[in-house]
Amino acid sequence: MAEWGEARKSSLLGKYTQRLSGPQKVTGQAKYTFDINRPGMLYGRILRSHIPRGTLTALDLSPAQQMPGVKAAIPLIEAGKEIRYEGQEIAAVAADTKDIAADAIRAIQFDYDPLDHVVDLGEAMSESSPQIRDWENNQSDRQIDEKGDLQAGWTTADAVVEATYSTEVQVHTCLESHGHVAEWDGDQLTVWASTQAVFGTRRDFARHFELPEDKVRVITEHMGGGFGSKFGPGVEGRAAAKLAKETGQPVKLMLTRKGEQNTAGNRPSMVQHVKAGATKEGKLVAYEVSGYGTSGLGGGAGFTGPYVYQVPNYRTEKFNVAINAGSGRAFRAPRHPQGAFAMDSLMDELAEKIGMDSLEFRKLNDPNEIRHAEYDRGAEEIGWNRRQKVAGSAPGIQKRGIGVGSGQWGGGGGKGTKARVNINSDGTVEAVTGTQDLGTGIRTAIAIIVADELGLQPTDITVKIGDTLPGLPSGGSGGSQTTPSVSPVVKTAAMAAKESLINHLAEKVNVAADEVVIKEGSVTIGNNQLSWKEAASTLGMETISEEGSWDENLREGGAAGAQFAEVEVDTETGQVKLIKIVAVQDCGLIINRLATESQINGGVIGGIGYALLEDRIMDGQTGRSLNSNLIDYKVAGAQEIPEIRAIAHDTDRKVTGIGEPVTIPTAGAIANAVYNAIGVRVRSLPITPDKVLTALEEA
Amino acid sequence: MEKFSYINPARLEQVPGLLKDDWQSKVIAGGTDLVGEMKDYIESPKRLINLKSIPGLDQISADDGGLTIGAMATLTDITEHSEIQKNYTALAEAAGVVASPQIRNVGTLGGNLCQRPRCWYYRDPDTDCLKKGGNMCYALSGLNKYNAIFGGGPNYIVHPSDTAPALVALGADVTILGAGGQRTIPLENFFILPTVANPYRENILEPNEIITQIHLPKPIANTTSFYIKLRERSSFDFALVSLAGVFQMQGKKCQDLSLILGGVAPAPWRSNEAEQVLRGQVISDDLGERAGKAAVKNADPMSDNAYKVTLTQNLVKRAAVMAVS
Repeated sequence: MAEWGEARKSSLLGKYTQRLSGPQKVTGQAKYTFDINRPGMLYGRILRSHIPRGTLTALDLSPAQQMPGVKAAIPLIEAGKEIRYEGQEIAAVAADTKDIAADAIRAIQFDYDPLDHVVDLGEAMSESSPQIRDWENNQSDRQIDEKGDLQAGWTTADAVVEATYSTEVQVHTCLESHGHVAEWDGDQLTVWASTQAVFGTRRDFARHFELPEDKVRVITEHMGGGFGSKFGPGVEGRAAAKLAKETGQPVKLMLTRKGEQNTAGNRPSMVQHVKAGATKEGKLVAYEVSGYGTSGLGGGAGFTGPYVYQVPNYRTEKFNVAINAGSGRAFRAPRHPQGAFAMDSLMDELAEKIGMDSLEFRKLNDPNEIRHAEYDRGAEEIGWNRRQKVAGSAPGIQKRGIGVGSGQWGGGGGKGTKARVNINSDGTVEAVTGTQDLGTGIRTAIAIIVADELGLQPTDITVKIGDTLPGLPSGGSGGSQTTPSVSPVVKTAAMAAKESLINHLAEKVNVAADEVVIKEGSVTIGNNQLSWKEAASTLGMETISEEGSWDENLREGGAAGAQFAEVEVDTETGQVKLIKIVAVQDCGLIINRLATESQINGGVIGGIGYALLEDRIMDGQTGRSLNSNLIDYKVAGAQEIPEIRAIAHDTDRKVTGIGEPVTIPTAGAIANAVYNAIGVRVRSLPITPDKVLTALEEA
Repeated sequence: MEKFSYINPARLEQVPGLLKDDWQSKVIAGGTDLVGEMKDYIESPKRLINLKSIPGLDQISADDGGLTIGAMATLTDITEHSEIQKNYTALAEAAGVVASPQIRNVGTLGGNLCQRPRCWYYRDPDTDCLKKGGNMCYALSGLNKYNAIFGGGPNYIVHPSDTAPALVALGADVTILGAGGQRTIPLENFFILPTVANPYRENILEPNEIITQIHLPKPIANTTSFYIKLRERSSFDFALVSLAGVFQMQGKKCQDLSLILGGVAPAPWRSNEAEQVLRGQVISDDLGERAGKAAVKNADPMSDNAYKVTLTQNLVKRAAVMAVS
């Protein structure tokens, strides 16, 4: 079993390393799928439905096909089938230019018989609502989970809180929209994809086109955000490849922003009616919830609950409600932010009711020791002792408040990655594996691990990822699994390569292997010292090439997090201004502290949008989204971001992943801070000025 | 977008003739609004007349009569202009909170005054709303969080401009060039409310007319002005409610004032009621409170925007407090 050793003794592990691709990205040299242009390439575009529901009665592609510059038009739905949401794909075209493609989809004729739609969650649950799916009712079966004796729990409770919390539909809003460039060479398909899973995408393309997997190559050198929404070709990828096949020319098809926002996934909404009780000594004793949410046409809405805190007696009932809208997809910590916001708010309400400090109450019910340490560290950093004892009691129009939120994630990684490290005779080192850089910095992490093992610098290592061609598979980048899945295999590959080089050198000069020491860019053999390059040159015609293997001992799961927010609420305008966020995140053993802190910042920023700004709005009259653009769908901008104190709670143990946990606690911390400031609780995200003003007026 | 021809006139005098009378032509300046509308097929002009090809329309010049700002001056030019900052503070502040820095760098004053509404039904390419020749205002029966609380009907848009309330408050005149020559009118009379006969336009411009310049009167002594914009997202957003205030003060006594609200009506909205409460009076917290209440006395909120009434009331109160502090 391999070991990381003590990271703090390494000059690289856990230190600040600049992203290897940083200079390429800021100078525009990094090639994203959007930037790929192939000789003879055509532009694809999708015609989408502008109606939320209806039966397609006719589809005529010929007006598009006859336009000069249009090379192909294909249907994506057959006449007679049902259209079920705005944005659903009707047809696709490939044309010489983007403009011709845009004109061509408008030339396509289609007709439909409208059907009653429903886009409102409450209406979709009512008896009078149309049932919009023929495979399942609008309301899915209830999932019920029970533990302990709830009735007994209520009898021991000294205080009970009953409340309804809700969260919005959040859209991934990837900076680079979903899309592909597809190119055929005979029966060989090459696809440049904006994907978080090159191997998974290869498999899906191969299955769809009934090709052997080795006839498909998927390349993702750089990608502009996925957040859980980019795990396969999708309708748009299959359309791009089909258009390319039909025309015999490469086709680039990237989603428009509107298509992206309406059809490429979202975080389902949540409504939960919850009741919980605690003893006056501060023990949670009973918890009962009935909750639901909408994932559009698909399933999968839900929330975690009870969350983080231990409740001996509970009953939970959860279900999914369908509406005529694009389906949800995995989104950075699926179900957790919904659950955490409600649970953190609830804990705050209960603590107040029993007259206990909110943080103290949490500690009494949170079994996680790491989070206890995080609570202490974060409380110190935010100045928890400054927090108003009586919420809303500060004088003045602008009132400040402090709040806390919690989160928990698995993220332990798993088997399935192959990685290879090559040492070439000119001293260059390559690390090759089939993972992809979702934006988290795995490229740099791989370089750090290999460099650390070989006594080199990260910039000495050429990392080759995001390509299926070398045949070294790795899993999709989801579930915060990439770093803990990839790191052990890269580490053992580097160890094996190092051992091979040592054995080679020892044999060459006829010494024992333990007399060869590789360290800090040079190689010592007995009393002789060679530079790394000189040592490598002794390989002559050989190349060292070693594969790594999975090592359970190098990774771990379970990442606890706690965040604190300080806000200033203007009681006359309802505006919530963030003063500071403190994010303390259990990170296991850190590979790159710079990327880790950056990832914490990113998670918090996403959480700020979730808490205060983002909300997909559906119009009941037309069944269409009213804000599938970047003006009316409001993601946080620079001025919305306060000082973020990103604290990597470094446990120095084994590698874990933190992509997801860092976005979970933010909304709860902000919501609790808002309450602490004004003494009035907003139980619905996002906390916008209209809701704050309405809550203040109703108080 | 639809195809169009692009015309680069050399002289301003050519523009009315090039525009013709058929509403099929549009002038383009910064293009930050028009290009978006064309991409979404909200507007599909046959001809674009490019004003950037005419030199000199972006001049900002002081004279004895005040300050003249060419319609092609960018919002950044205005924000950074020292005399505007000093004597016409409300305008500098308003121009400085429009959209984002990139948009302010290309967006012009004329364009900001003539921009089209942001109502999401109007901006939806597939919704045939009243504003676009359809037969109903979807906001009235739909989601109207951002719509009007004053002056609405038959449609309920709000005028999106930040500079318009500031300029109206500062008593600006606008010079309009048309086929029949040039005319100068108070900017306040430039904007119009929707009517049953004409729900389509937000101002009086005829199809062959353009704004050429804005003229601001000489600053009056002891006058302060400011612009407050409330929005959901500070980085880049239209106003929920905004207020341009111009106060001529003698100590704590308000000799004269202008209070123009943005984001609440289909045109910049003068709060006569609040002005009346404050004019000629010594301003106190209590008087500010009364002015706020007076400002919303005639508000007519829709199903989702009653919060704008509260916002307006509080903003007027805040303006009064700012005038004496």
